[in-house]
Amino acid sequence: MNFRALFRVAWQALVRNAFRSLLTTLGIIIGVSAVITSMAIGNGARAAVAAQLARLGSNLIVVIPGSIVSGGVNLGAGARQSLTPQDATSIAKEVPGVAAVAPQTQITAQVVASGNNWSTTVIGTSPSWMQVQNWTMAQGSFFTDADMKSASKSAVLGATVAANLFPAGDAIGSTINIKGAPFTVIGVLAAKGQSGFGRDQDDQVIVPLTSMQLRLNGQTWLGSISISAQSPDAVSTVVSSTQALLRLNHRLTPGQQDDFSVRNIADVQAAASETSRIQSLLLAGVAAVSLIVGGIGIMNIMLVSVTERTREIGIRLAIGARQRDVLMQFLVEAVTLACIGGAIGVALGLGASLLTSKVAGWSVIIAPTSVLISFTFAALVGILFGFYPARRASQLNPIEALRHE
Amino acid sequence: MASGEKPVIDVRDLRKVYHVGSVDVVAIDSVTLHVDHGEFTAIMGHSGSGKSTFMNLIGCLDRPTAGEYFLEGQNVSQMSTDELAAVRNRHIGFVFQGFNLLARTTALENVELPMLYAGVDPQERRTRALAALDMVGLSGRADHTPAELSGGQQQRVAIARALVNNPSIILADEPTGNLDTRSSEDIMRVFQALNQEHRITVLIVTHEPDIAGWTRRVITFRDGRVVDDKTVQPKAKVPA
Repeated sequence: MNFRALFRVAWQALVRNAFRSLLTTLGIIIGVSAVITSMAIGNGARAAVAAQLARLGSNLIVVIPGSIVSGGVNLGAGARQSLTPQDATSIAKEVPGVAAVAPQTQITAQVVASGNNWSTTVIGTSPSWMQVQNWTMAQGSFFTDADMKSASKSAVLGATVAANLFPAGDAIGSTINIKGAPFTVIGVLAAKGQSGFGRDQDDQVIVPLTSMQLRLNGQTWLGSISISAQSPDAVSTVVSSTQALLRLNHRLTPGQQDDFSVRNIADVQAAASETSRIQSLLLAGVAAVSLIVGGIGIMNIMLVSVTERTREIGIRLAIGARQRDVLMQFLVEAVTLACIGGAIGVALGLGASLLTSKVAGWSVIIAPTSVLISFTFAALVGILFGFYPARRASQLNPIEALRHE
Repeated sequence: MASGEKPVIDVRDLRKVYHVGSVDVVAIDSVTLHVDHGEFTAIMGHSGSGKSTFMNLIGCLDRPTAGEYFLEGQNVSQMSTDELAAVRNRHIGFVFQGFNLLARTTALENVELPMLYAGVDPQERRTRALAALDMVGLSGRADHTPAELSGGQQQRVAIARALVNNPSIILADEPTGNLDTRSSEDIMRVFQALNQEHRITVLIVTHEPDIAGWTRRVITFRDGRVVDDKTVQPKAKVPA
């Protein structure tokens, strides 16, 4: 019997019990659609997290001061006044694999411009901050090494600050007052939007570190040092060399704890993507289990079907069907059932993914491989769980099968 | 026997023994007989006489315990399951007491079924199935399912299915057992016509002397042995 004839016979048998066939394949439908939907949502979430972290600068390493314990009260990380601009300079000079280093200190201040005012974060840093933090300019330019040396009163505004202080868009060249000190706006940063953690990254004003120390906070120590490694591969060596260098600079003896801590975004990124990878694996595992349960459902109904149709099998054997013909007939029936379930599942899964992205506003990425894999898996389940009933049918004794009522 | 022509059925010392628990039950005990081309034969016997077992052996649905069976000169007694399936497909046409048509399947598709397993292409399948239905007088009923046909008509579909692959022999097991007298006569008339007009070899298993009376040779079984084998004068062809 050729394949077309086999398929026709299988199709007729399935249509004759259309409702039962649908119920039988429901497990496969749910399994396949669950695989596709969960993979689509998982992929979307992973891509979103990765994109947010990439905006932070993928090779970014941050050194912050260590904690301080005062009268039994631990003031937490960053409380110490251990980091200095000299630390930043020596890292840039001595640590191999470093692309750029930006010392950083910040205050919160009320910034005033003609008629408007805005409370924001003011950051004092060096020109290399642009490179380290992956920023680009929307208008004007960033301050230079000359501005650093002269502690010039120039400021660069984040997009949010610019929009609030200068709604007309005439920020460049205007004067703003930070804590009573006048600064000239020389540039506006391109908008980055919210960080992965919900903070508005555009709500800040950048001034030269020297001006900050001289005119705004009067501190000699730093809030943090941002380091950009030359490549993602260099991150770990830069981290360890920086640690060693700073221990030396700070004259720490081998028994003493670090008075600073070095954190890197790559680790955060790896952890985040590992988390979402495990989540999608878990979801796929649950979906695979439901596919197998679906397969057991198919096997169960196929066994019932073989018993119900014992007489039909007897007739077919009597008029010349070989064992292989009967085996193929029931196998094709099981696989057709599984594939129909797979196809409905694919349609449902795609629909559910698109609906999720529309209704919940989540970013959803439908990977063609997940569609392909789940459908193939459904077909395999059909073959695997259809084989035993089909084999039983093919090995019936024609005389007994014909006598079956 | 026509000179030089091999008999359709040639069984020699055929035995069939069933093991029931620790007891051996001899169902067929050293049967030797021939059936030639164009014969119209009845096998009679009470239930338990071994005639159904003999029918299963002749129909290649079962293998003998001992002895040999030549079908058209071919020794089929020790063939494999799949070889026997191919032999049934090409050489044997079955007609059963309970019709055994596929439910919810049209008469045409039922008749096409043996050709499906013979690998005949769809066009030819249809032509031959329609011709077979015509031979049994059902040309107008090709698209009816068994549920839409009377018992007599269903049995005629089964006969069409049996003869569609041009078998060496048509084996009918109590073909009128489920039919009333009138339909029974119709069916026997169909067999008679096939035998007389198309020279098709027909072998009917029955326990009714009335039915055996249509044939030209009656073989009687008792306790697994042939106790009588005689040529008879067939019933005159009664006009319908």
